[in-house]
Amino acid sequence: MTAIDAETASARIRTPRRRTAVRRLLRRPPALAGLVGVVVVVLVALLAPLISPYPPLQVHYSTTLARPFSPGFLLGTDDLGRDILSRVIWGSRTSLAVGLGSTALGAGIGICVGMVAGFYRGWVDTVLMRFNDLVLSFPFLILAVGLAAILGPSLVNAILALGIGMFPLFLRVSRGEMLAIREEDYVAAAVVNGAPTRVILFRHALPNMLSPLLVQITLAIPAAIIGAAALSYLGLGVQPPAADWGSMLSEAQSYVSQDPTFAVFPGLAILLTTLSFNLVGDGLRDVLDPRRRR
Amino acid sequence: MKWYVVNRVGTSVLTLFLSSVVVFLGIRALPGGPAQALSSETASPQVLIAINKEYGLNKPIPVQYWVWISKVVRGNLGTSFTNGLSVSAELANRIPVTFELAVLSLIIAVLIGFPAGLLAAVRQNTVSDYAVTTVSLLGVSVPTFWLGLLLITVLAVHLSWLPASGFVSLVQDPLGNLEHMIMPAFVVGVGIAAVIMRQLRSAMLESLGTDYVRTARAKGLAEARIICIHALRNSLLTVVTVVGLQLGALISGLVITEEIFVIPGIGQLTLESVFNRDYPTLEGVVLLIAAGYIVVNFVVDLLYSVLNPRIRVTGGPS
Repeated sequence: MTAIDAETASARIRTPRRRTAVRRLLRRPPALAGLVGVVVVVLVALLAPLISPYPPLQVHYSTTLARPFSPGFLLGTDDLGRDILSRVIWGSRTSLAVGLGSTALGAGIGICVGMVAGFYRGWVDTVLMRFNDLVLSFPFLILAVGLAAILGPSLVNAILALGIGMFPLFLRVSRGEMLAIREEDYVAAAVVNGAPTRVILFRHALPNMLSPLLVQITLAIPAAIIGAAALSYLGLGVQPPAADWGSMLSEAQSYVSQDPTFAVFPGLAILLTTLSFNLVGDGLRDVLDPRRRR
Repeated sequence: MKWYVVNRVGTSVLTLFLSSVVVFLGIRALPGGPAQALSSETASPQVLIAINKEYGLNKPIPVQYWVWISKVVRGNLGTSFTNGLSVSAELANRIPVTFELAVLSLIIAVLIGFPAGLLAAVRQNTVSDYAVTTVSLLGVSVPTFWLGLLLITVLAVHLSWLPASGFVSLVQDPLGNLEHMIMPAFVVGVGIAAVIMRQLRSAMLESLGTDYVRTARAKGLAEARIICIHALRNSLLTVVTVVGLQLGALISGLVITEEIFVIPGIGQLTLESVFNRDYPTLEGVVLLIAAGYIVVNFVVDLLYSVLNPRIRVTGGPS
């Protein structure tokens, strides 16, 4: 079997299986609800300039700490008189940017390094896995806090800090998958045909390990969103006055006795977003893992 | 097995050594060193040079590392730049606080997660199962600091049932200590309880579908006996492992929670020393966390291979 034959054969098997998986996912009400939630958050982020009642930084001096359902302010205003609804809407952009950006970074590095470790095995695998153990010896948030402190507080640095903190997870999964895939006939066929390593890794191996990686990616996004909010809450993420859910919670903490509703909506936005991604992730895992299919 | 243990000890020691190098270099990469943090913004370069000289920060990095690590192996973590106290003594004061919070959080996590996970598995596809599954998913998705803020708002500010923040020593006032610790412990415990629920449910469902459970049912054994003796015992391994591996989440949760509830533990010390550029304290505390994490992971790995005879991990002849 040539490399091209191997590719067509695996593509022929893959496509209907994926279509069935999507159909099965859509038939699960919790996963469907999660998918709707994700689409809503993405749409809110994309349409923020159109649907936001006010610019996120516009200050209304006469109406500070207004309660929800105040005239003109559906969710009330913060301590500086900024509309909370507008800031929650604009905050979705920051959260999604950090969540998707850091997961893409972590997955990109982790998957590439993991595939190399699993494909070459031997000393390459040993060195890379020891490095992975080293990164894993620091809890995720401690590592992210340290990196954010070194890099300085900003949106891009929060993405970098969380992405670097996240890559060992992807490295572990992709290495494990690669170790199994390496023994498959189509990989052996590609090696015998003299296909370059990058072709074997990215064209033959990667598509066949997408299922577990997809689940991991869907579950990593909410973790990154919570991590980003935590960094902002600690003053190490997105900096004020930018609209960000974590920073809003940090600001709200000083006003819990005066305006308890101030902290409710940014937190609710984080919860609904992470819950939606987790529902999709759980659904994908159930659909793609044969042991979980019932 | 012996070779596996030897191999695992060796890699753990190597990882710990490399962690110490990373901690040391990483902390020195923080922008604005301790001299800037200790002096005023308008301090002259001479003042900064004098401060750096006093704390040995003008020496080459490898020399600084050697001085530090040779003290660390003798149990001396140095002196804090900000308050002049011994880092070891500071850690000794803070560890019991964080340890108590961690233990309370785990107790709460097990008390919530265990019965709920069991109920969901035994009553699969019923209202109880859906309720537990939904609550556990909410527990995984909720940000710790938001839950903390909500509880402070409701239980402390509005109902005045519990203090909003602070800490009272367990030895001096056990009841006051519990009043201060119960809310933060609940906040940290909820996330871990959610993980326990999910894992126990899934492990129990797998066990309940096995042949030995079917045989037990065919023999006419009581359902309670089948669940507790046969299925639960075989599901515990997964749960124990998962609880062990939650240490990272536990530490991360503790850092944020101690900050919200103003609890003088290791988490709060970590953040204080990051913001103050207090190198010795930060080095001590991060090294302690890394060492704890490595040791617990090692013990969990070992337990896993001891408890599960099918998993005799490779690493040499067993």
